[in-house]
Amino acid sequence: MHIVIVGNGIAGVTAARVVRKRRPDWRITLVSEEHPEHLARTAWMYVYMGHLTLEQTRPYAPDFWERNRIERLHDRAESLDADRQRLALRSGRTLTYGRLLVATGSVPAFYGWPGQDLAGVQGLYHLQDLERMERETAGIERAAVVGGGLIGVELAEMLRTRGVAVTYLVREGRYFAHAMPERESRLIEEEIRRHGVDLRLQTEPEAFLGSGRVEGVRTTAGDTIPAEWVGLGTGVRPNVGWLEGSGIETARGVLVDHHLRTSAANVWAAGDCAEHREPLPGRAPVEALWYTGRIQGATAGYALADEARPYVPGVFYNSAKFFDLEWQVVGSIAPESDPGRNEALAEDRTRTGARLVRLQGDAESGRLLGIHALGARLRHEVCAEWIVSRRSLDDCLRDLPRAGFDPEFSRAMPTPTLA
Amino acid sequence: MADLPLYNAHADRSLWLFENPAWRSNAVEKLGLALVAVAIVASVVALASDLGRQSPVLFALLVFGGFGIGATVFALGGLSRPAGVRNEGTVFSSNQARGAVGWTVGVVLTGLYVVLYFWPGALSGLIPLGDPLSQFLRDQPATLENGGQWFLYSTFYTLAVAAMGVRAAVRYRHSRYHLIRTASVVFFQTVLAFALPYLLVRLQQPELYLHYTWPLDYDLFFPWKVEELRQSGRLGVAMLLWGGVLIALATPVLTYFFGKRWYCSWVCGCGGLAETAGDPYRHLSDPSLAAWKVERWMVHGVLAAIVAGTALLWVAAVADVGWLDGGAGTFSWLYGLLIGSVFAGVVGVGFYPIFGSRVWCRFGCPMAAILGLQQRFFSRFRITTNGGQCISCGNCTAYCEMGIDVRWYAQRGQNVVRASCVGCGICATVCPRGVLKLENGPRENRVGDRQLLTDLDVLPGALAE
Ligand SMILES: Cc1cc2nc3c(=O)[nH]c(=O)nc-3n(C[C@H](O)[C@H](O)[C@H](O)COP(=O)(O)OP(=O)(O)OC[C@H]3O[C@@H](n4cnc5c(N)ncnc54)[C@H](O)[C@@H]3O)c2cc1C
Ligand code: SF4
Repeated sequence: MHIVIVGNGIAGVTAARVVRKRRPDWRITLVSEEHPEHLARTAWMYVYMGHLTLEQTRPYAPDFWERNRIERLHDRAESLDADRQRLALRSGRTLTYGRLLVATGSVPAFYGWPGQDLAGVQGLYHLQDLERMERETAGIERAAVVGGGLIGVELAEMLRTRGVAVTYLVREGRYFAHAMPERESRLIEEEIRRHGVDLRLQTEPEAFLGSGRVEGVRTTAGDTIPAEWVGLGTGVRPNVGWLEGSGIETARGVLVDHHLRTSAANVWAAGDCAEHREPLPGRAPVEALWYTGRIQGATAGYALADEARPYVPGVFYNSAKFFDLEWQVVGSIAPESDPGRNEALAEDRTRTGARLVRLQGDAESGRLLGIHALGARLRHEVCAEWIVSRRSLDDCLRDLPRAGFDPEFSRAMPTPTLA
Repeated sequence: MADLPLYNAHADRSLWLFENPAWRSNAVEKLGLALVAVAIVASVVALASDLGRQSPVLFALLVFGGFGIGATVFALGGLSRPAGVRNEGTVFSSNQARGAVGWTVGVVLTGLYVVLYFWPGALSGLIPLGDPLSQFLRDQPATLENGGQWFLYSTFYTLAVAAMGVRAAVRYRHSRYHLIRTASVVFFQTVLAFALPYLLVRLQQPELYLHYTWPLDYDLFFPWKVEELRQSGRLGVAMLLWGGVLIALATPVLTYFFGKRWYCSWVCGCGGLAETAGDPYRHLSDPSLAAWKVERWMVHGVLAAIVAGTALLWVAAVADVGWLDGGAGTFSWLYGLLIGSVFAGVVGVGFYPIFGSRVWCRFGCPMAAILGLQQRFFSRFRITTNGGQCISCGNCTAYCEMGIDVRWYAQRGQNVVRASCVGCGICATVCPRGVLKLENGPRENRVGDRQLLTDLDVLPGALAE
């Protein structure tokens, strides 16, 4: 059996690992155009800021591929012929597969702003974007960043470490409004501003100005902001353009069922590029996260290896770091106040910054639904276990120290009480 | 507002320390560096002339004061930057990324060690600078004849730990673990490794190092050393007993409860220097599998050599066979030269800017080998991996001074249980996702057999909903 995987991101590589483990003698080919090695794009910012070299973002040593007999092609899949089970590659080769996994990830999403094609306006997703940013931001003094999500803050932080003045435009009235409650937004905004970023809420770009090269941004607030470079952190969309004409059903992403099967025989899809026809309760149809990419990749790997299991990712979790402020969530936290939920909240301030712990439970049954922490670390498995086993919010509050994961000698987490 | 820029990768790549591409110094740091420069000039003048001997107090102030106060002022300058992980520019820095500055520091340090061990006479211009302090502490002059070069060396070493300890404390001030741990290594170096032993000399007692024992203090149990200590009276005998208790009782018990970190990154002087003066170079340790293999052979090889050698010396002493005596003598000379001097000193510290700050601890220290075996097989210590939170960014692996590929464990959801881990805790600090935590938990399921990458049902709720 020849397994072909397009995309060597976390989803594709995890699938390859599972197949190799289950099927020691099957042939595995990994096709990817970005870089011959699997690299952690989650670490791009650390490369730009000089914490890490590019080699250090490589999750596996260079001999990993040979030891696991995973063949690699540094090439682009241009098109897919699902009937004949063949891929056409940019190099002119064709590749015939027994089973195919599409794991081509995302591309940055732009929203048709005038001037978005000017030199110096870009997103940050692929290695090529990082290299472009490195080139284009050399020696600049002013930049603008757009988008109130996780990549936007990363871009702002990257630029600030090099002393670039940053204006940061966020459409919503508060930072990350669709993902977290207002108090958290405010603490993060404070952190962003503390690091010298000119954060402008409720402000969108109207157009990027300049001829050939960007010189500024005109905002919906009517201001013109000078900027020699503009970073767009306005989200991503599945990278499925190359599948046009293949006959595989796509909507935003490649449509998949619970086993990550696509509409074509012997083709699966996983990671950022997949869109679930029937998302699990509380889950988005397209999940663009490293964590879900890993679980989807493993799920697809089992399917490819003839041991199909449904995609059941368990309790949702996510984490990020906003400048020096860490954030973790396990389960679900409602961003707006919700009468169906009870809530406990605690906040304090240590010598080095703000901390917040928030728990939410179901008002009717009392069971825990989610935990949020800013500036404090949570023990993932304990929190998830509490949610799965339907422990009551009261119970969890009493037991809260068990859910802490801060280093030894840290001050105890602030203790929330029921509101 | 933050004192920015933290660095500028595109500034001119000159070697001028004040405007290194990776790092822009502020006014306080410049003042500190200027004082250090004064100390360097004064040292060179003293080395090359007779002036140090003529005015030891003035030169001692210039050299020790310049280094100590200068480095401390420099360290305090870091307070202007926001508390948090500040590794910006590390991989571009000429000093920290094996550039010209790094190589120069390495060559100079190595050279100084070579001179200290093998041509101490060349230091005769500097030795008198230790005189005032030596008189005060141990009621003796500092001369080449009474090992004045070692007094000088201890003074510099202690200054480095103390001043660079301030730097470490400033740098990691957002973590109480690091603040307490840094205070601990500075205390052990300044009091137990420096002040106390020399005060004892003043009281005509043997130099006593309460926190060193065999096999790091490799000749402590050599027959002639035992004899010498027994001769020197009650304190000598107490020292021998204490050394025995330390290695046979305290070491296994403390390592069982806390891991080898209780020693290696809280107490030990070699570890103390690595955690303070060596901190800027911690990321230069090689995390490859090949390096791990070499490490295991070497460090256990040294342990085997010192155990076998000490046994041989005793057999020779008791049996009194001529040829055996010769062999034992050769062994002790060779071990002292190769391991005690060349490895621990010249390579161990001299190569900081090239191979990282723990070369000796990782590849050569027999004490670390013993503690490591205990830690690996009989300890409650582990670095816990936090469920599925790892994003494989690689910061933990990059900043591990022992060259442990921490990410390899973290990304598969497995706890880190490794003989070499000294428990410095930096991996947990630099991790941007809160994945790692040093813990002394119950021994059941210490490693954890999760396989995040290939198993689907390892996180709560997965496949169970
Ligand atoms: C800067 C940044 C920071 C992030 N931080 C986090 C974080 O902290 N936490 C988190 O959960 N998520 C984070 N993410 C999101 C996370 O990285 C993605 O969700 C994840 O990488 C997606 O993995 P994937 O395997 O689905 O796709 P990808 O990683 O995108 O891999 C797909 C690969 O396929 C290649 N490819 C595409 N089309 C073709 C083709 N036709 N032929 C050949 N090759 C092709 C692409 O070049 C790419 O290399 C971050 C993303 C970025 C950009
Ligand atoms: S454990 Fe933390 S620092 Fe290490 S690779 Fe994972 S996320 Fe990065």
